[in-house]
Amino acid sequence: MIEVDAVEKTFGHVAAVSDLSFRVEAGELLVLVGASGCGKTTTLKMINRLITPSSGRVRIDGRDAADRPGHELRRDIGYCFQGVGLFPHMTVSENVAITPSLLGWPKAKIDRRVDELLELVELAPARYRARDPRDLSGGQRQRVGLARALAARPRIVLLDEPFGALDPLSRDRLQRSFQRIRRDLNLTCVFVTHDMAEALLLGDHVAVLREGRLVQLGEPGELLRDPADDSVRELLATPQRHAEWLEHLLAGAERGDP
Amino acid sequence: MNEQLALLPGYLDAHLQLSLLALSAGIGLSVPLGIAASRRPKLEAVVLGTASVIQTIPGLALLAIMVPVLAAAGVYTARFGIPLHGIGMAPALVALSLYSLLPILRNTVSGLHSVDPDLLEAARGVGMTQRQRLWRVELPLALPILVAGIRTAAVWTVGMATLSTPVGATSLGNFIFSGLQTRNDDAILVGCVAAAALALLLDQLIQLVEAGTRRRSRARVWGGLVPLLALYLYAAGSALAAARDDAPAPVVIGAKAFTEQYVLADIVAGRIAETSHAATRIVSSLGSTVAFDALAAGDIDLYVDYSGTLWVTILKRTSLPERNEVIHEIREYLEHNYGIQVVCALGFENRYALAMRGAEARRLSLHDLSELIPLAPRLSIGADYEFFQRPEWPALVKRYGLHFRSQRSMDPALMYQALAQGEVDVISAFSTDGRIASYDLQLLDDDRRAIPPYDALLLAGPRIVAQRPDVLRGLRGLAGAIDAVQMQRMNLAVDGGGETPAQVARTFLRQRARSSATQQDAGGARILSP
Repeated sequence: MIEVDAVEKTFGHVAAVSDLSFRVEAGELLVLVGASGCGKTTTLKMINRLITPSSGRVRIDGRDAADRPGHELRRDIGYCFQGVGLFPHMTVSENVAITPSLLGWPKAKIDRRVDELLELVELAPARYRARDPRDLSGGQRQRVGLARALAARPRIVLLDEPFGALDPLSRDRLQRSFQRIRRDLNLTCVFVTHDMAEALLLGDHVAVLREGRLVQLGEPGELLRDPADDSVRELLATPQRHAEWLEHLLAGAERGDP
Repeated sequence: MNEQLALLPGYLDAHLQLSLLALSAGIGLSVPLGIAASRRPKLEAVVLGTASVIQTIPGLALLAIMVPVLAAAGVYTARFGIPLHGIGMAPALVALSLYSLLPILRNTVSGLHSVDPDLLEAARGVGMTQRQRLWRVELPLALPILVAGIRTAAVWTVGMATLSTPVGATSLGNFIFSGLQTRNDDAILVGCVAAAALALLLDQLIQLVEAGTRRRSRARVWGGLVPLLALYLYAAGSALAAARDDAPAPVVIGAKAFTEQYVLADIVAGRIAETSHAATRIVSSLGSTVAFDALAAGDIDLYVDYSGTLWVTILKRTSLPERNEVIHEIREYLEHNYGIQVVCALGFENRYALAMRGAEARRLSLHDLSELIPLAPRLSIGADYEFFQRPEWPALVKRYGLHFRSQRSMDPALMYQALAQGEVDVISAFSTDGRIASYDLQLLDDDRRAIPPYDALLLAGPRIVAQRPDVLRGLRGLAGAIDAVQMQRMNLAVDGGGETPAQVARTFLRQRARSSATQQDAGGARILSP
């Protein structure tokens, strides 16, 4: 369980996030959406204290996150970076194995875990284990990034646009397998995206941010039915229009219209 | 050439010790400092600024500065039982280490700055501590740039180590310095080629290790590391062996940086071998003032200096008494103030004397300095690096009212040639230099006695005076053994005849033994065998 309680972050005189409170129950996935610069990523980084809040509290399973050394906290929380952030001087398997090795897992256990994860993200271990991250495509790198975030069996995973660079087909496949993994492992997730369709499809709850403030937080259906204001309505308009369009096409196809 | 190659292992070994130690110290100092500086912009400015200033000091000057600095520091450290010598390995090591700082520091800092900030955040994100980030991410990613700095430093250090000969550290520079002085092109060639080869070798080995780490090729890493480690072990081993050597410390003979000094040092060494069988070691090409300080400090045991030099630079006297009176006063002064003994006067004088081209002197019928006075304003004078700073020069100017059109400092080895070729009109020659005769130069008589007498005196330091009276007894046999003509001839044999100082010294000692044996035979007793 993640509790964000009246958190604020100012950089100089600019408030990136103000008076933000929300709660993510165990096993739940919360999506943060909003325009660029609305404070999504800053919020995500305050949960594992990559960024220290200016005020307010973050509690993980009831415990104040500020009570633990930052690096220990972060070893327990998986993180998928927007820029992926694979280390170019390490192989794919070394990248995936980082957090377990920091935690001091025995080597055999790490090796098994790495193979397991590579399979999970659909990269054949025998082929990709020893590869250089620089030789992979953008999509393949994102998969390795996801595997790295999951490596130490965290119960909480933070994801910053983890599927952004994937082609539509792999994206769909990976979204599904991710959905399956997180349900199986009962992962608590916070997921940042600017793709509204992805937000609505994956999220148990969706939080809409604007200029560092929470505009609306609710289940996807609630947001669609009852947007809090015009800005939320506008964000939802595109996926809705696409959905209606598709529905229309499908109906036409069934009737045999041209 | 073979004679030079025989010296190669010893010089190369010393050179390797010096460069590797200095480089290690440089790396050990600059990498941590660079890491600290890369995190604190203010420190970075100070550290890089200081290293840049050190770098602007010419190499030779930096080495020379270290001699008095370390001698002063040695007085302090001696209280804690740590001996620190102003001459030899120590000043060279400190200067070379300082010189290697800048490239390593600068590349450490810029290597660390070049690491993508996103990767640093990712490193924090996966749960690394600050130290783990440094070792697992920052340093590996900064390594190629950092190593480029180490390679630059390695090449500089090996190159600059050749300049450490004048502060008394043996190196490949011994070939170059003595080769320049004695016009031995083989020596210069051997020294330069060996230094260049060593620099290239180190550079390539370090590069191989770096490429190996970058490409995860164990073969490359070990291929570079094993030879590097072998070089280190070899250098460390021979340094330890030297330190542990139980054999009595050899008698150390110093020589300043000109031909006559090399020949005399070899004669002294040969004489010691004949009479007392003590082991000897020659430290050659010492700076002129360095030699006396080294003797007083016990870094060398014996060397030849000239009464006039001691008279003005050590006794700081300006009066000019008669020749033997000068020697007498020097003997008492050195004994009393430094515990240095004047073993004997070798018999010849090597005085500063102004020289002109012979043909010109004859044409103008010039014989002495008084006759030069009216002509001087139209003439240019060349002298060695010291001469214009020495008290003899103002004394000459004052006594004769000499004013030259221009004055130039130049290497003593090139001075004679410059005069012969007409680049200057007058030089400050040394009266025993063999090239005076070979270039047909005319020495001008110091008719008003402005320049003190310059008897060659063999000086012995406090250690050998106390511990090896037998050595000194044997050396007293050299009293009056060499006259000026003989010295001129020996100098010429080296400077013009292509012989090495050691060969010339051997010939001298052999002839001397033969003539004294003949005398002994005549007296019915045969003590010395040839």
